[in-house]
Amino acid sequence: MNESKETPGLFAAAGAILRKDLRLELRTMETLTTAAIFTVATFVVFHFAFDRYEMSGDIAAGVFWVTVLFAAVLAINRLLSNERAQGGYEALLLAPIDRNAILFAKFAFLFVTLTLLEIFALLAFALLLLGPALSTEMLPLAPVLLLANIGIAAIGTLISALATDTNARELLVPLMSLPLLTPLLIGAARASTPLMSLVPHTEHLDRWLGLMALYDSVFALLAFAVFEYVIED
Amino acid sequence: MPQAADSTAGHLRRSGGDLAICVSGLTRHYGERAALQNVGFELPAGQTLAVFGANGAGKTTLLRVLATLLRPHEGDVHVLGQALPDDAYAVRGQIGLIGHEALVYRDLTARENLAFTARLYGEPKNRVATVVNEMLERVHLEGRADEPVRNFSKGMMQRLSAARALIPRPQLLLLDEPRANLDPGAAQLLDPFIGPAAGRTRVIVTHDIDYGLEQADVALGLRLGRVEWCRPAAQVGADEARELYR
Amino acid sequence: MTQSRFFSSRSATRSSADSFSRGLVGYAFAAAATLTLAGLLVFFWAPQDADQGMRQKIFYLHVPLSIAALCGFIAGGVMAIQYLRTRDSSWDLRSYVAIHLSLIFGVAALITGAIWAKTAWGVWWEWKEPTLVSFLIVFLLYAVYQPMRFAIDDPERQARSAAVYAIICGAFVPLNFMAVRLATSLVHPRVLGGAGEMPAEMRVSFYTSLIGMGLLWMALWKFELTAKSVSMRLGKLRAELIS
Repeated sequence: MNESKETPGLFAAAGAILRKDLRLELRTMETLTTAAIFTVATFVVFHFAFDRYEMSGDIAAGVFWVTVLFAAVLAINRLLSNERAQGGYEALLLAPIDRNAILFAKFAFLFVTLTLLEIFALLAFALLLLGPALSTEMLPLAPVLLLANIGIAAIGTLISALATDTNARELLVPLMSLPLLTPLLIGAARASTPLMSLVPHTEHLDRWLGLMALYDSVFALLAFAVFEYVIED
Repeated sequence: MPQAADSTAGHLRRSGGDLAICVSGLTRHYGERAALQNVGFELPAGQTLAVFGANGAGKTTLLRVLATLLRPHEGDVHVLGQALPDDAYAVRGQIGLIGHEALVYRDLTARENLAFTARLYGEPKNRVATVVNEMLERVHLEGRADEPVRNFSKGMMQRLSAARALIPRPQLLLLDEPRANLDPGAAQLLDPFIGPAAGRTRVIVTHDIDYGLEQADVALGLRLGRVEWCRPAAQVGADEARELYR
Repeated sequence: MTQSRFFSSRSATRSSADSFSRGLVGYAFAAAATLTLAGLLVFFWAPQDADQGMRQKIFYLHVPLSIAALCGFIAGGVMAIQYLRTRDSSWDLRSYVAIHLSLIFGVAALITGAIWAKTAWGVWWEWKEPTLVSFLIVFLLYAVYQPMRFAIDDPERQARSAAVYAIICGAFVPLNFMAVRLATSLVHPRVLGGAGEMPAEMRVSFYTSLIGMGLLWMALWKFELTAKSVSMRLGKLRAELIS
């Protein structure tokens, strides 16, 4: 009866879940549109709060990363609760897959979402507030974004799994996220400051990338170690 | 993981393949309250168990323990030869659950939902489309297969839910009020797959005593998380079963 | 009594209450004696600080409080690992009480820290002091532990999620200190020297007070564990009596 069937491998299952999530997101655009609108709205608010037409250096880096961080919190909030809202969460738990496939898929989905969001946010920021024009000198932002996204995705997946079964999810997600993401914010904002200054340059870039890489590896391993406990039962 | 599949078969052979479910001393707490207490029963392969009991008697908890969604706190639970909760992974692929929730994604189409299920249960890529089409025809959803399921009626959802549960061709079906949202036509339509003729081992949780007794080989009465009685369905009178709800 | 329903009553056996209370009295007396001795040393033996004078004495309270709180947080994480390994709900209770107690120590550490900042630098808060800033972030993170816990209804799930959170936070503590230190030290010199730069009298007084604070933490931890487990047992017996 089951001759042709085997349980899918970890990555096959994760791939199937990720494709399903991307398809759902493309169809509804719920996370990306809300996060994008939020990003622009926040830039507008910062414009009035600082009464500036242009920003550069540490202020620019701070405004950019705080905006991204809050937008990320929105995405984290929806990450696993969306699975419930859509109605399929228990089907995932019933399936003969390694539970870590859910972790990998959600991690990858959040990573992709954040990357798209940051590309949009950076363009919008350059258009609205950033003093120096976008140039190839800012290319070292790429590894900063990459390492920030890995960390946010690992921590975000854990937090969304922890919060999704509580009855105060919307409150708990930001409260848990902000302190846990602070070291990443430190690294990302400090690394971006010279890159966003009027004459973009790099300074201590390796130090901040190193900090973020260390943070990422610890929390990626931790997420892998504890995720099953969060979603069992 | 072909290894896991092999050991499943091995276990079944060793235990003679005669008992699909073997539960003893099963206890599951919900905080201070015991949702199930010292529950025990056996169900031979290919037979049907009907579980009766008032709301809060532990019927759904029992079903969820058997479905590997809740782990037992105490006691031995063997499903299809595998011990729960430790070997839950090895048995998940053999269980189909049809409950109150359809467990499908509202913004995906019926076809996409079933294809996703097929992938999760390890259907090889080149077979997915065939399997899904077959299943859509069986539950008469082929005409609406490419609509997002959020537009589906309750009856269509129930049919889709059945299709989802049947995609892995499960040996064991867990049915929570299977006829609650089905009109007689749909019930007739699904009967070959989830009825006794399908030859699957089944556990049916229901308030519908006549239907349950008619379907069952073994009947189990629960009251406040404890087994009130458990014997061949033929020896259980409908009045006796109604007694549970008083 | 309201607390008791949040924990699985299965840990509320007589033997667990006994094991929690073992050594409680000893710790309490040891803490009282050591802290009295520390007080005497601090005020009558340790030298006055040249700049800050008498007001610098709060250092002997603030730093041990912070260290006890941080160690308590980490211990709570280790107990959480133990809970996930054994599924013995008494470890969950231990971890909960450790974090809860450390949070109270943390409040005291922040208040004494602010007072010290005021006396030393004339401001209630000093962003240039990375230890203080890190401590605030850690405190904010652990402050969510209880709300998260009690937002979950199923006690078993509550224990599991709380354990995972405690482990994440435990790993966060050292990394956060590193990040904040790195962010500060690039621009500003360290405000505080290490313990090695202190005169011997200061150092001995400081360590005595640190040990005293550790003993106090242990005594309070055992006390709260015993109280919780006794009240849970009482609730259970009462429930049995009624039914």
